Amino acid sequence: MIISNEAIVAGTYPLERQQEGRQPISERLHEWVTTVDHKRLGILYICLGLLFLVFGGIEALVIRIQLAVPHSTFVSPQVFNRMFTMHGTTMIFSVAMPILLGFGTYLIPLMIGARDMAFPRLNAFSFWITAFAGLLLYFSFVGGGGLYGAGSAPDVGWFAYAPLTSRAFSQGHSTDFWTLSLLLSGIGSIGTGINFVATIVCMRCPGMTLGKMPLFAWLNLVLGGMVILAISPLTVAQIMLCIDRYLGGHFFDTQAGGSAVLWMHFFWIFGHPEVYILIIPCFAFASEIIPVFSRKPIFGYPVMVAATVCIGFVSFSVWAHHMFTVGMVSYANSFFTFATMLVGIPTGIKIFNWIGTMWGGKLIFKAPMLFCIAFLFQFLIAGLTGIMLAASPFDWQLGNSYFVVAHFHYVIVGGILFTIFAAFYYYFPKMTGRSYSEKLAQWHFWLFLIGFHLTFDFMHIPGLLGMPRRIYTYEPGRGWEDWNLIISLGALFQVAGVLVFVFNLASSYFRGAHAGRDPWDAWTLEWSTDSPPPSYNFAQTPTVRSRRPLWDQKHPEDPDWHYE
Amino acid sequence: MSNTTAEIVDLVPSRRLPSRGRVGMICFIAAEAAVFTIFVVAYLFYAGKSLSGPTPREVLHLPIFMSTCLIVSSLTIHAAVKALASAKTFWFNVWWFATLILGLAFLAGTAHEWTILIRHEGLTISTNLFGTTYFSLVGLHAFHVTVGLLVIAVTARASLASAIRQSHAERLDIFSLYWHFVDGVWVVVFTVVYVLGV
Amino acid sequence: MTGISRQLLSLFASFCLVSALGTPALIAQTRALHSPDMFHPQSTPAHSIFDLSILVLKVTGIIFVVVVTLLIYTILKYRKRAEDNDHEPPQVFGSNQIELAWTVLPTLVVLILFFSTARVIHAIQDAKMPPNALEVVAVGHQFWWEFRYPKLGIVTANELHVPLSDASQPRPTSITLLSADTDHSFWVPQLGGKVDLIPNRINQTWIDPHKPGIYLGQCAQYCGTQHAKMLLRVYVDEHDGFEDWASQQQRQAVNDPRVAAGRRVFLKAACMNCHSVSGTPAKGVFGPDLSHFMSRDTIASGAASNTHENLKRWIQDPEAIKPGSLMPVMKLSDEDLDSVVAYLETLR
Repeated sequence: MIISNEAIVAGTYPLERQQEGRQPISERLHEWVTTVDHKRLGILYICLGLLFLVFGGIEALVIRIQLAVPHSTFVSPQVFNRMFTMHGTTMIFSVAMPILLGFGTYLIPLMIGARDMAFPRLNAFSFWITAFAGLLLYFSFVGGGGLYGAGSAPDVGWFAYAPLTSRAFSQGHSTDFWTLSLLLSGIGSIGTGINFVATIVCMRCPGMTLGKMPLFAWLNLVLGGMVILAISPLTVAQIMLCIDRYLGGHFFDTQAGGSAVLWMHFFWIFGHPEVYILIIPCFAFASEIIPVFSRKPIFGYPVMVAATVCIGFVSFSVWAHHMFTVGMVSYANSFFTFATMLVGIPTGIKIFNWIGTMWGGKLIFKAPMLFCIAFLFQFLIAGLTGIMLAASPFDWQLGNSYFVVAHFHYVIVGGILFTIFAAFYYYFPKMTGRSYSEKLAQWHFWLFLIGFHLTFDFMHIPGLLGMPRRIYTYEPGRGWEDWNLIISLGALFQVAGVLVFVFNLASSYFRGAHAGRDPWDAWTLEWSTDSPPPSYNFAQTPTVRSRRPLWDQKHPEDPDWHYE
Repeated sequence: MSNTTAEIVDLVPSRRLPSRGRVGMICFIAAEAAVFTIFVVAYLFYAGKSLSGPTPREVLHLPIFMSTCLIVSSLTIHAAVKALASAKTFWFNVWWFATLILGLAFLAGTAHEWTILIRHEGLTISTNLFGTTYFSLVGLHAFHVTVGLLVIAVTARASLASAIRQSHAERLDIFSLYWHFVDGVWVVVFTVVYVLGV
Repeated sequence: MTGISRQLLSLFASFCLVSALGTPALIAQTRALHSPDMFHPQSTPAHSIFDLSILVLKVTGIIFVVVVTLLIYTILKYRKRAEDNDHEPPQVFGSNQIELAWTVLPTLVVLILFFSTARVIHAIQDAKMPPNALEVVAVGHQFWWEFRYPKLGIVTANELHVPLSDASQPRPTSITLLSADTDHSFWVPQLGGKVDLIPNRINQTWIDPHKPGIYLGQCAQYCGTQHAKMLLRVYVDEHDGFEDWASQQQRQAVNDPRVAAGRRVFLKAACMNCHSVSGTPAKGVFGPDLSHFMSRDTIASGAASNTHENLKRWIQDPEAIKPGSLMPVMKLSDEDLDSVVAYLETLR
């Protein structure tokens, strides 16, 4: 096969796959297992997340079925307590982190014109240790023994407050599965954080100064820094818990003068930045998708960067808003109220910037954009309920109730999951070389949207009416029954939406129309490669002159670098 | 395309991005710094709060000798890397082995101190809050020293086999950042545990 | 937008409209007499929180309406129409003035909210208790509440009696919060915000109920298997009612000779390992004090009403009422069970 010079320069070098014959499956499997290619690792991360999404979803369904009516006996309290512990732990550490870090792993080198990440083997190690951590957590169903030896999987809540996790109250090994699983997945995340920072700082293509890289890269740079600083406290907390449980230590042993509140401090110093770690890649998706589907550049790039950096720093100072009810002095409560409200400012500004991007544009309502628009509405509401919770006295009523559960699911499902869906649809053609079915995607969107709102809008109400969280059943006659039923019904719609989504992905992968390099008429470097990109990404390292190199190519009469 | 490429290359000032290894090591050190910070916070939080058992004042003595060894080892590792960068292999070996010996002396000092604490003073990780926080913090640091010494030892062996060349200086310089960090942590631990906490 | 999308969009919009209109009505209707909801405060701290929450809701409500209007307007006005040519719209990169404005405004809003909030935090947390305040010590256990009135010499469980504190006779109740095992949280929404009970830590809260009645709450910090049924009842008695209750609780436990057999079973069958009854050798502290057991409306910390049948079932098989509670299965013979129940039912 003759490859012309033009083909080489333009990067249309054919895919290696097409030249080979069909490899035996053992060889293909071996390639995937031993890969250090960031694209394959990204896909492995995403698939891992999708697998655990199913498990976490089943756990949520069990919870909702049990809570649909008061005094239900669908599951025992022991099983229920395991369900909500595993649901939370799975969704954060085995679904959200892998999927988000996976997208970053896949996209960052492509967006900055690099060949791979800074440390490909560390990348592979991070993935496999994260995968192992997930499996270890689920092995607890088979291998553990929980509260009073009555269970198997951990049942101490996803934040496992001391002293419930001490050997006295948590006999058997179920808490150990939780501790070790988080320890390992934390190491994996830190490895990926190091990789992100080193890649973005050291491997940008010529011309791509920090001010000229896509917002996605900037946000993941901040993310990398946050992961490095925030996950470490979690790792430490787990080590301390292990020392308490196995070496007779007293870090959180209240009988020896230890402090249960210290665990809370250490956990939430991790836990609060963690939720920003989860949302920042989603901001990154929105910042790539909304401009393309509005046909305009992102409004206010420098401020978006500054706001994210601000969030990165301030988010480390708000953690004790999870502890407003533990009896801190009034000055401490006031400080954390202030810091929490403060961090809402750069976060809120971003919403305005996205609206500013859409303003004056030509909005195209394909699936990625639909999910992003829903994200804007929902993230706004989530932010506002967050402001409510930030007001410490208001939190004394709302904290630890279903209002908080509604708030954070609004962020995680309404904000994070919606943008993840948007990213799936946006990048599916690039990653697989196929187009998905827009019709099925729209069905997915509307079904899931209705389900989401049925469940999480109304979930605020039992919280306002005094329903605490983490209860396996509730008393009738307190005004909570009807709302819980509606909430559970919404879950069914969400399941339907996700089934349509999975079906769409699977059937489009095998039977979708072939997608070109640039199905969305976008402007950043990843769209200049083949779909899917060859293993080396770029035949020739690109050189860029602005934030939208493909816009410059497509509009040579009006390139961005005249204005930036 | 080729014409514009030439233009662009002229317009873009020549830049040197930092090395991946150095940035990676700095990030790793940042993570470790966060880890040590939390252990130090726990130590300070629980200072004076033990309900029983030996107190720091009773059982701790300023570890002057081993601290000096560790501080000096930072100087020797710096000298070693500088020597290697100037292709002075003999002096590299001298300073590198000195670092190894000083590091081992530090570990020996820790081992000695712990033997006395555990066998004679009756202080273990499970005795009281002081015991828990002391052994975790100093133990974590000693663990980091051990890992560093392993790398130094492996390199020393490679050097004996004449496998270390001038081109390795950059990588060893990056490793030395880790060693300096471990040293810096000891300065903090020394201050917090042996000076402030007593 | 395709035809199906348009239909689904109208369906969704109608759903939103119906919900928005119907929800308040549904809440009002389903809000039962005993809904522990913060929007019907009956005590000063709860009132302060309520007032603050209304301010916060108003401010966030305004922000919501403004931004949502902007968003809907943008979506409708700037959608790409079928007849649009393929020219890109004007490429606007930003605007310093607009961005400054929408940074300054939120900052002002935050400052207003913060100062209003700080005032309420201080008013509630740093309030000085008058000398006549009733002192209660609440100790959280897995899965029940111990209430002690140190100055009155009373020990009871699960149902907290406090005096009315109205304008004519203000008498707040100051509650010290301790824990015997793991973390719990005291939450009676109509009377105040929640405060945690944490082992090795002394927390403090206060309430001053303005209206007599029974106020419901429950433990609000996950404490183990039966966290869900660690329920709370606060009985706000008028002044005389409270004095009557207190003097009854101060008396020694009834020692009715007709149930001597049951008393013997109680002392013999290891009940006294966990429970105490004043005037008897039973001085256990692991479980609730039973000296005036029959003065309570519920058993098992609210898990069941205090009836003959429930009491029998509870002693015979606690797992049936509260699976995972720490009350062991006593395995009494039918005869012993009946006599012990008869004994307990005399403990008024």
